[in-house]
Amino acid sequence: MNRNITISFGLHILLVIITAMSLPFLAKKPIDLPPIVSVELIQITDKTNIPFAPKAKKIIEKVKEKEKKLVSEQAPPKKIKKIKPDAIPLPDEKLEKVKEIKKEKQNPEKVETEVKQVSEFEKKELFDTSNIAALIDKSKVDSAETTKKLDKITQDQDKNADFRGLSLSEEDALKAQIFGCWSIPLGLPFNENLLVRIKLQLKPDGSIIKSEILDHARMNKPGQGFYKVLAESALRAIKLCQPLRVPTKGYERWKELQLNFDAREMLEG
Amino acid sequence: MLFRYIFIILVLLPIKVFALIEVDITRGNLNPLPVAISPLSIDENSKEGFKKILKVSNLGIEISTVVENNLRQTGLFNPLNKDAFLQKPEIANLKPRFEDWNLIKAQALITGKVTLVDDKLRVEFRLWDILAGKEMMALAFTTVPNNWRRVGHIITDKVYQRLTGEKGYFDTRIIYVAEEGPKTKRIKKLAIMDQDGFNNKFLTFGNELVLTPRFSPTNQMVTYLSYFRNLPRVYLLDIETGTQEVVGDFPGMTFAPRFSPDGKKIIMSFAKDGNSDIYTMDLENRIVERITNHPSIDTSPSFSPDGKYITFNSDRSKYQQIYVMKSNGKDVKRISFGNGLYGTPVWSPRGDLIAFTKLHKGKFYIGVMRPDGTGERLLTENFYQEAPSWSPNGRVLIFYRETKTNSKGEGFSAKLWSIDLTGYNEKLVETITDASDPSWSSLLSD
Repeated sequence: MNRNITISFGLHILLVIITAMSLPFLAKKPIDLPPIVSVELIQITDKTNIPFAPKAKKIIEKVKEKEKKLVSEQAPPKKIKKIKPDAIPLPDEKLEKVKEIKKEKQNPEKVETEVKQVSEFEKKELFDTSNIAALIDKSKVDSAETTKKLDKITQDQDKNADFRGLSLSEEDALKAQIFGCWSIPLGLPFNENLLVRIKLQLKPDGSIIKSEILDHARMNKPGQGFYKVLAESALRAIKLCQPLRVPTKGYERWKELQLNFDAREMLEG
Repeated sequence: MLFRYIFIILVLLPIKVFALIEVDITRGNLNPLPVAISPLSIDENSKEGFKKILKVSNLGIEISTVVENNLRQTGLFNPLNKDAFLQKPEIANLKPRFEDWNLIKAQALITGKVTLVDDKLRVEFRLWDILAGKEMMALAFTTVPNNWRRVGHIITDKVYQRLTGEKGYFDTRIIYVAEEGPKTKRIKKLAIMDQDGFNNKFLTFGNELVLTPRFSPTNQMVTYLSYFRNLPRVYLLDIETGTQEVVGDFPGMTFAPRFSPDGKKIIMSFAKDGNSDIYTMDLENRIVERITNHPSIDTSPSFSPDGKYITFNSDRSKYQQIYVMKSNGKDVKRISFGNGLYGTPVWSPRGDLIAFTKLHKGKFYIGVMRPDGTGERLLTENFYQEAPSWSPNGRVLIFYRETKTNSKGEGFSAKLWSIDLTGYNEKLVETITDASDPSWSSLLSD
């Protein structure tokens, strides 16, 4: 008898411990903070701006320095200004190219052509895919290590991301889509509670598996006829909008979603 | 025993908990709702029967057209072109193929059936939610065949209420002053018509000048101003019987009459010796009560829907402005403070707004404001327009507008117009003659 009680007591304690351990707030690892990653704000221009690899950058700087020296000795300074040797020559070609530039600049009759040639040359160099590929290959080694580190961080963050909501841009995209689909019934009394909460079950592509009005009982309450009209309009909006604009990743996060339709703001205007 | 505990432990093993994401939708669009109104189906026997009785070739199409026009007039619905319909009315009435209606972007569908049963008109109609793929409403009406337009209006009211959440205003009438002849020698008669301009009838012969007719809440009585033997007085007319009587025995001019919300009293202005004050008369015991007592011109009184307050216009602050007071005449408060002159205040049946006419810099405006004077909104502007009257749901105003005459004195006209509270949906209300001073009835089928 006493043995059974002891076993029961022990197992109960074990049960409580396991339950407590499984709570999500305890599952967090406050000590194991993920490393801080600096965020760089990038303005995207019309043309893709491919960054130079560190080694190529050094080479370009060297070429620039050499050019400066050569031009200052042999060419008039004005003409130098027009030439922008930002190209990325391969190491063994660099001297020849510099010589070519130098020679061209020495002929005053071909100044314009020279400039054109140089600009075309620049273009060639900048958009020479083989060169870029080579540079990227070189940079791959450097970036690979960083990516590995970043990958680790991302995976770690992903675990925590399961508990997060949608990002602002994801939420805005979804809101904007539903705003366009929701025809608000204009006859609603705006001094009433005009909030309709709908819980959705979604497929990964954003289409709806199931929609459920959370305050369903209110639909049949006397004097709440307007609520039924409002709830139906919200359901129509969801059906009209589907598939919803949901994020492409993190399905587990948003496979269940609650939309709170509130018409008060619009009707009070 | 041990297995039982192990089972419980396994069940309670750590389960990953996801917080439910909530997204607040606080905005929507106010675009008209696309509605498909399928012609009501009708069998051949009924078709022939109605052709003989009503001289109408296809009553099903006619009734659906009434519904379509009503819904379009509101500005809240966009009835879709019938040419785009893929399903025939007789099949759609039984079971709509929602995919077909979805294809033409309809969000709601109206179907129905018309039959002639024992010389009576029977109309069934159904409202469908296309996106949800379910029936929203189904009703049937039986009436005399001549009432077929009214059936169309009642169907519209039901659809409107189901889709917007507020009562409709289609099964209603408008009483107005029909005007004919040149501006200097106008013949004015009382006339009544359906809200869409059909079934027009004249109630007086035009021997006396008539002005400002107003419906009672029961719709059977009308009060108006008539210049009988050149003495302007307030009269009461029973539409059903045609009998009329003078309201009260006032030793002077009475004008601007209006019923109280319960229909038991008439409120009006009484003018004597250049002063005009507001009076009420109880229609049961004929007791007259003075409401205002001020040496200024107090006129155009209108009760609040609960009967507790009265709005009126007065020049007691030098210029004509709108005031609100208790129904016993106490606690008079000025509510209009904008530039210009304010007049003809009318309390909305919903109680939330007061409509008015405003004159500012030579132009007339129809506008609304809250009973405390805040939130003034001017809905429409014109050369000359006045006398707003509310639809029974407080969503639309009807008023009249006059046009300028040219240098030869020609080109004058007076027409009825309606505008909804958004200020965008302004429509001309067709009348067979010129028209002024409209008054909207309450719902006939309420």
